[in-house]
Amino acid sequence: MSTRTAVSDAYVVAWRNIVKIKRVPDLLVFTTLSPIMFVLLFAYVFGGAIGQGGNAQEYREFLMAGIFTQTVIFGATITGAALAEDLKKGVIDRFRSLPMAPSAVLTGRTVADVANNVIVLVVMSLTGLLVGWRIRSSVLEALGAYALLLVFAYAISWIMAWVGMLVPSPEVVNNASFVIIFPLTFIAVTFVPLDTLPGPLQTIAEWNPVSSAAQASRELFGNIPAGTPDPTSWPLQHAALYTLAWSVVILAVFVPLANAQYRRSTSR
Amino acid sequence: MESTLGVRARGLVKKYGDVVALDGIDLDVPRGTVLALLGPNGAGKTTTVRILTTLLRADSGTAEVAGVDVRRDPAGVRRNIGLSGQYAAVDEYLTGFENLVMIGRLYHLGKKRSEERARELLADFRLDEAADRPTRTYSGGMRRRLDLAGALVADAPVLFLDEPTTGLDPRGRTDMWDVIRSLVARGTTLLLTTQYLEEADLLADDIVVIDKGRIIAHGTADELKAEVGGVRLEVVARDEARLGDVERALADVGSGVPRVDRDTRTVAVPVDTGVQALTAAVRLLDDQGVALDDVGLRRPTLDDVFLSLTGHAAEKATEKEDAR
Repeated sequence: MSTRTAVSDAYVVAWRNIVKIKRVPDLLVFTTLSPIMFVLLFAYVFGGAIGQGGNAQEYREFLMAGIFTQTVIFGATITGAALAEDLKKGVIDRFRSLPMAPSAVLTGRTVADVANNVIVLVVMSLTGLLVGWRIRSSVLEALGAYALLLVFAYAISWIMAWVGMLVPSPEVVNNASFVIIFPLTFIAVTFVPLDTLPGPLQTIAEWNPVSSAAQASRELFGNIPAGTPDPTSWPLQHAALYTLAWSVVILAVFVPLANAQYRRSTSR
Repeated sequence: MESTLGVRARGLVKKYGDVVALDGIDLDVPRGTVLALLGPNGAGKTTTVRILTTLLRADSGTAEVAGVDVRRDPAGVRRNIGLSGQYAAVDEYLTGFENLVMIGRLYHLGKKRSEERARELLADFRLDEAADRPTRTYSGGMRRRLDLAGALVADAPVLFLDEPTTGLDPRGRTDMWDVIRSLVARGTTLLLTTQYLEEADLLADDIVVIDKGRIIAHGTADELKAEVGGVRLEVVARDEARLGDVERALADVGSGVPRVDRDTRTVAVPVDTGVQALTAAVRLLDDQGVALDDVGLRRPTLDDVFLSLTGHAAEKATEKEDAR
């Protein structure tokens, strides 16, 4: 199977999944309305209440990178539920009986998550700008922040691809990702500064790659509030590098795992 | 050998833990013929299809499809097959047209040819009016037709249809039979699974009956019926008290031992001489003044075949078993 075939097959599968973003009501809401809702809720509910030293505006800006991070990670979970659904409906059986590149189904699916997350980031950024968020760095650094978030979320998509091929139903994927991802995104510097967490959670948060993703994009957007002490732990001092390293490791482990699982899967 | 067989399988075994799904299946489907794999739920029909279509690996045994070994060259097999599964595997948020174009492109027909082929098939399957609607608006029968169309996109020489009519209403089923018959007329090699006995009788050249992962019978519909015995004479007495007289009369005219079913007051006996035996029996019973509710000659159905082979009736598909 040539690389060209693999790429064009993945493109066809990605196209199929992207078409569905506008056709499936759940996905459309997930992709457009809920990001708007998140930004507004966090900005006005938390932003107003937890304004550091009375500076609601600064906290609101601090929050944005965290909301971006959490939302793109949830965006990555679409892969899990969608693959479980395809497996249940027999669509995977059909794909596996076609002379297409075996890698194309999962690649096409995870790439569709990236497309979805691009839409999510655009919608959230526009909403953020409306409520007063500003990028206080250069365009290049901001693009770097977006790219880093997309790469990290793409790696998570591959974990979810593996999970989606493994579990018995789409509902299980949704529940499992909720139970795992919520704590992961909250025990981190996504929404609160590190020093507000109790001791043991601080350590977890320091090493949690969700923290470094939020920290790195926050730095790249120039949204670290003035007077914030520099991070003391290595992962947060090298947040972008640490996030990329995690992404590479996750991809190195889960791309082969998920593909192996795909080749074994038949509808249940 | 390979050149004349569309499908050839020898000794296929598949276990799931302790459960033996297939216990040594041999199949030969000559090119351009239709084989029906007939059996109840859980007999191993779908497992067989999955092994032959490279979705599953057999624990042991060999199989060739279109002359290509399924284990050594699964990609080569996939270029030569079309599969329509038990559950209509169409993407419900894509239109019928988009579904078929996607499949065509994944068969590497190219964008233009895929689109042409999609239009052709949609017209053939009377789906052209619904072509540009998402398939979730389709009826069950329409989805099945689209799924089958998907299996035909590449005009593959060997086709696998796994329970193509399960869950369809009678109208949808006869529609599907028409479609399948037209395929067969074009010379496609077809392996079809079904739990409907009349479907196998109607569509297949050859029938393999499987139960609990084993082949329990193989032959044409006529051969299988002959195996169960030829024509039977059945007499239903009005009065249960006279069943003994009926039994004696049928023993005289029949070619075997009569079977008596007291609940239905029916006595049946195999006969060689057909109508002569029937008239002789009626005369005999009339002379003795035995009143009859019914009398007639019965040809065996595939239901009888199944009953005599397995000792239990073929399970009818129920909605509950279909829903997953």
